[in-house]
This record gives sequence, structure tokens and C-alpha cells, in this order.
Amino acid sequence: MQRIGVFVCHCGSNIAATVDVKKVAEWALKEPGVVHAEDYPYMCSEAGQSKIQAAIKEKNLTGVVVCSCSPRMHETTFREAAERAGINPYMVEIANIREHCSWIHKDMEEATKKAVILMRAAVAKVNLNTPLKPGESRVTKRALVIGGGIAGIQTALDIAEAGYKVDIVEKTPSIGGRMSQLDKTFPTLDCSACILTPKMVEVNKHENVNIYTYSEVEKVSGFVGDFTVDIRKKARSVDMDKCTGCGVCQEKCPSKKTPSEFNRALNTRTAIYTPFAQAIPNVPVIDREACIKFKTGKCGICEKVCQAGAIKYDQEDEIITEKYGAIVVATGFDMIKLDNYDEYAYSQSKDVITSLELERIMNAAGPTKGHLERLSDGKAPKEMVFIQCVGSRCSDDRGKSYCSKICCMYTAKHAMLIRDKYPDVNVTVFYIDVRTPGKNFDEFYRRAVEDYGVNYIKGQVGKVIPQPDGKLLVRGVDLIDNKQILKEADMVVLAAAIEPNKDVRKIATMLTASIDTNNFLTEAHAKLRPVESPTAGIFLSGVCQGPKDIPETVSQAGAAAVKAIGLLAKDKLMTNPCTAKPDELMCNGCSQCANVCPYGAISYEVKEINDHGVRETRRVASVNSALCQGCGACTVTCPSGAMDLQGFSNRQILAEVDAICR
Amino acid sequence: MSIEANEEFKPKIVAFCCNWCSYAGADLAGSSRLGYPADVKIIRVPCSCRVNPMFILRAFEKGADGVILCGCHPGDCHYSTGNFYARRRMTMLFSMLDYIGVENGRTRVEWVSAAEGVKFSTTMNEFVEKIHSLGKNVRLGDLRCRN
Repeated sequence: MQRIGVFVCHCGSNIAATVDVKKVAEWALKEPGVVHAEDYPYMCSEAGQSKIQAAIKEKNLTGVVVCSCSPRMHETTFREAAERAGINPYMVEIANIREHCSWIHKDMEEATKKAVILMRAAVAKVNLNTPLKPGESRVTKRALVIGGGIAGIQTALDIAEAGYKVDIVEKTPSIGGRMSQLDKTFPTLDCSACILTPKMVEVNKHENVNIYTYSEVEKVSGFVGDFTVDIRKKARSVDMDKCTGCGVCQEKCPSKKTPSEFNRALNTRTAIYTPFAQAIPNVPVIDREACIKFKTGKCGICEKVCQAGAIKYDQEDEIITEKYGAIVVATGFDMIKLDNYDEYAYSQSKDVITSLELERIMNAAGPTKGHLERLSDGKAPKEMVFIQCVGSRCSDDRGKSYCSKICCMYTAKHAMLIRDKYPDVNVTVFYIDVRTPGKNFDEFYRRAVEDYGVNYIKGQVGKVIPQPDGKLLVRGVDLIDNKQILKEADMVVLAAAIEPNKDVRKIATMLTASIDTNNFLTEAHAKLRPVESPTAGIFLSGVCQGPKDIPETVSQAGAAAVKAIGLLAKDKLMTNPCTAKPDELMCNGCSQCANVCPYGAISYEVKEINDHGVRETRRVASVNSALCQGCGACTVTCPSGAMDLQGFSNRQILAEVDAICR
Repeated sequence: MSIEANEEFKPKIVAFCCNWCSYAGADLAGSSRLGYPADVKIIRVPCSCRVNPMFILRAFEKGADGVILCGCHPGDCHYSTGNFYARRRMTMLFSMLDYIGVENGRTRVEWVSAAEGVKFSTTMNEFVEKIHSLGKNVRLGDLRCRN
């Protein structure tokens, strides 16, 4: 029989205001096995933990129930406290009477009743708990970073600087990401390439960093400290070792009509191409869908002009299998598709563009060589209208519910740059709210308004109507003057919402990392563990976790790197002891459990079984506790009920059910 | 019985929540103060696939009026495939429960992610309302355990 102590936390008034904690402690003493019960304002405090430890020693407790906040918050705290007092940490259970009780119920009597029932369920479980001992697993001292944008580059650099090997896997032919597409950055108006390319070079040259561009993660297995990852290195059709990056192949390529991904399809590129001049690696790829040689078999000009002999038409995709201890996701973002926003005439007029397209137009390496001009007729615009929150902060299914966070600032930047370079161009911004929290951000926005004379109008645009003369009629509303506005513009720029990269769902599924309804990866705790995924060993860097600007992305990238380094610095990890365990007397070796195990943790061995004096040699299941992650799929599948999960055994869960339904 | 139910029917509802998504979703509902009736009591399991049909039968046997199982969205399971097993098992179990007279409305499977505090709360509110409309469950009650 267990000797159980029940400790009821007030959590200040968080629990005590709606749950009669004294009564819960009183009722606890009536439960079987409970020999001690008390309440205390803050159980998680040093003093609270000491109370638990003192009771364990004085009353010889064998089990502990803490009625407090969610086990996701303080289970570890209390388990460690109990361990220091000399009992097995897995003899501690939490009754969640805060998140699941006091915070959601208003009626004190009802909440107290529920708290008592939750306490009873936990006591019933602890009565059946057994001491468990965690195993150990090794840590592979190598990290994988998925995505080679500024987030991935910064994370990889920080990990590499700490002395660990890092691999970057980047889907496109070059690292650099979205930041490489930007012209200038707020709030300093630094040239984006000038601050990014040194980092690209640094990461490329770093002895601890290995970059796989034009590659994708194909398969992930294993667990924290010991992931095995298959990386598909797509056929570049160019030998990376031989290519000198001279660029002659790109000059001579006759297939020139593919929309340039880097320039947001505003101009075209050749079939053999490097996305941009500072690309790293400076080795082109052949787009096999556009290449005449691959389509018709005739051409081969690039092979003829390549003096290094680097063109390899017969190159094939290569699968690289590598082991990693930690994985950082830095998959970044894209602009939303504007199909749902046809009222802004994006599909009807070339002069309605997104902000990222404007970024390319303003860039000296862009489709217009940095001249601000209308894409329809090449004329310089006189009136420009910016429309904010296109698809952001949207209350229906058309767009995104969240604020994309960066648009107010980049629009202020665009407006300022245009007014600076082309003082005769009038700039009008339609906004819902201007949101500029951030160091020197509001000052920046005010400069746009006060010093550069940008016309900000609070109100949304209802429709953009292309006119026969090529102008755009913008129909909007001014909420402050409460009047309708009709404005003729030469160009309209849409601050389209940003969304996570479309591949992130696939990657999250491979990593078993959780993802929210907007496809942003979920952090382990919104406030306290913002760069870790709930899945151990997976870290989050950059916009894959939520909208952010460059400074925030870089800080988060560093934070993710530190978390990964903290993991890689360990030689061994404690494994979860809540693993499956077969009862060999009941097991008949049918293999059903092995079929459902996602980790291949179950194998079979032929063993001599002593069944109450009857000796026989049989095939029985055997669980590799280092591989078992404790999901419990096998326990339900087992037709003879031989398989059980330690820490969540059939008897324990049934005892909880009984206690709740009592 | 139905008159009695209209007066003060306090249903007993067991919610099995997987540790990674739905339990965290319930925590989020809590920290966001999104209320639902106190009739719902949550049992934490590592994965929805840990829920043995036996647990659900036992709950009904011991007088539960409704049982709901919450897990990660299909494809998002922390253990890759656990919720697919849970989905199949529960479809099978619920059809059999229906056959022996425990109405389908008393059982439910819902996918709630860690970010869906609102969904957790609305799901529980809906479910409790449904159980109220169905009234007390007597089909699988273990009479030996009743007073």
C-alpha cells in the first residue's frame, strides 16, 4: 500500500479564488492511501517544495500528488523536488486544478467539487504508480538547419562558432532567402545585400558549416540527440567542383523565357541560371523543365561553351543520409496569393504590384535596374497609392487573421525612399492602424509623415479600377474625415500578408513538430520557450514560428542556436522511462505490436518462459526502451493485453476513469 | 427520468486528451479563460492511440454520460501515426456502442491542436449540451455499483 501525500496549491489567488483549497486537502485525507494533506500559497516556491520534501521524510511518503497548475508547467519541478527527498520522481502526479478548473469555472462550489474529483483521479493513479528509471541515449554532435535564409544562416553561424558541425539544407539554388530579395532594410535604410552577403560568404567559408543548396529534406527518423535524415540533393546538372562560376553558359543559353523566381516573375531568366549575382554557391543549375536539351534533346550549347567541362546532363538526384543531434527549422515565409483580393485588380493590371515586387523594382539588380517605372508602359509614376493589410487582420476566410507585422514598417520605408529619390511623386498610404513597435520604428514612421510628406489616410480601399487610359482609379474611404475618396493613381502597391512557406507543413509532419491553424510552427511555450518546438530536439528560427522582421529574426536565430548548442554540448540524454513493456507470460509473439510501432522499437526473441512452473520456449515481444517513445499504440493493438505502457498503464488509466465516474 | 433530467442533471463526462496537442489545447483554453462546464474531467494520455476501447466501455459502465477523445489533427500526431489508429479504433467502437444502444452522440472524437484553445472550449460546450439533450445514460451502467 502506498503512503501518499496530497499538496494543494493556492497559486496565489489563481486557484484559491475559485477553489476551496482547504476543502480539497480535507477531502484528500479520505482517499485510500493518503496519509498527509496540506495546502500552501505557492507550492512551486522554494518553501513549498521544502514542505513536500519535509512531508516525504517525516511521513515516509511513497507517493505524491500535487494539485496545482498544468503538469506541462511544473511536473518536472515537483518530480525533481521529490527525487531530492529520496523518492522516485515517477511517483509524483499532478492534478491540474488551475488550467482545467479554477481558471475556467466561476462557481466556487462547482469548481471545488471538480478539483476534488481531479485530485481523486490523481491519487487513484499514484496508488498504482511504480518507480521508473530513465535510460540514457547518446547525442550526435551535429546540427541540421532547414532553410538558408537570414534565420538559417545566423543559426548555423552561431552553432558553428561554438565548435559544432552544422549542415544547412536550402531548397533553392542559393542561400540568402527573402532578405536577398530586399532592396533596403528598415529602420536604418541599410542596403540589404550589403549586410547580408558578408554573412553568406562567412557561412559558406566556415569550416564547421556544410551547405546543401538545391536540396530538400526527404525523410526524418529517430529522436532528440539521434535523428537520421535523408537529404535529396537535386540534380543540378552542373558539376559543383568543376564550375568556375564564369557565367558564359547563362549568357549563351537560348532558352530565356522562364519567369525569374528571384525577381518575382517581373522579368525572365535563362534555363541555366544562378538566381542572383551574389548567389552562394556561385554555381548555376539547369532548370530541366525549361532547358531545350532536356525537352527536345537538341541544343547542348552550355556544354559546348563551358571551358571547365562542368555541365553534366546525366547527373541524377542524390540521397545523402546523415545523423544529427538537433534540427533547427528556418523555413521562412512567402507572400499570400492574391486570388481572393481581385477587387484590387492585381491580376488585371501590371501596375498593381505587391510590396516585394516593388522591392525588386527599386533594386539596382532588379527588372528595371532600380528605376521606378510602371511595368505596363515604362513611364515614371506621379501618383502612388499603397494599400495596407491586404489579407492581414482579416476576420473571414479570405485572408489571415493575424497581423503580418512587417508591412507598416516596409511601407513607410518604401514611401520614404520614393519621396527621397523622386520628390515629385505623391505617395498616399491607406491604412487601418499604423503599428510600429520596435526600436526606432515609430521615429522612422514619423519621419516618413513629417519630413517626407507621405500622405497617410486612415481607411481601407474598396476597389481599384483600371481605366482605359492606363491609370488606376482607387476608391477608398477616409475614416477620420468620414468621406469617400476617389483617387487616380499610376501605381498601386499592395502590402500582401505573409504566410509560412508552403513546404512547412510537410516538414513539420516529418519532424512530428506541431503546427498551428495558420501553418506557423508552434513553440513549446508561448512566453518561456519561444524557440523550441514541443518535440524535443527541434528548434524554431525566424518567420516559420510567427511573423517577424529582420532584427527579431536574427535574435531568434541566435536563441535557437543557443538552445541547439545546449543540447549538442551534452554527451548523453536521459530518455523517457514511460515506455512499453510486454508481459512475457501473456505474450504469444503474434507481431501485431511491432506492426503498429512507428519507431521500430519492438522486436521478437525466442525465450524460455517459466509460466508458474511450466517451462516452455516461446517467441515473445521485446521492447528496445531507447527507441520506444511511449505513444502506447502497441498497448491497444495487443490482442492478449500483454503490452502495457509504464507510467500510463491500463490499470492506472482505468483507476482514473473509476475515480472520475465515482 | 426525463423530468428529473430537466431539473438538475449533472452529466459525468470523461475527456481523454493527448499530451501533445489536446491537453495543451485545454491548457490554453484555461489560460485564455475560455470556460466550459465543470462536468468535463480530463484524463491525460500520451497519445490518442493510447486510449483502449476498454477505457471508454469502463467509463460508461461506471456511469459516464459521455466520453470524448481529443488528439492531434490527422497528419500532425507527435508520434506520426497514432491518431490514425485512434480514429479507426473509435469508428469501430462507436458503431458497436450504437448497436447496443449507447447513442452516437455520447461519444465523440475531435482533433484539437495545442494552439486551439477556442476550439477546445467550444467543442466541450457543444458536447456537454449534446449530452444534456440526450439525458442520463443508463445502457451500460453497472447496477452493482449504484446506490
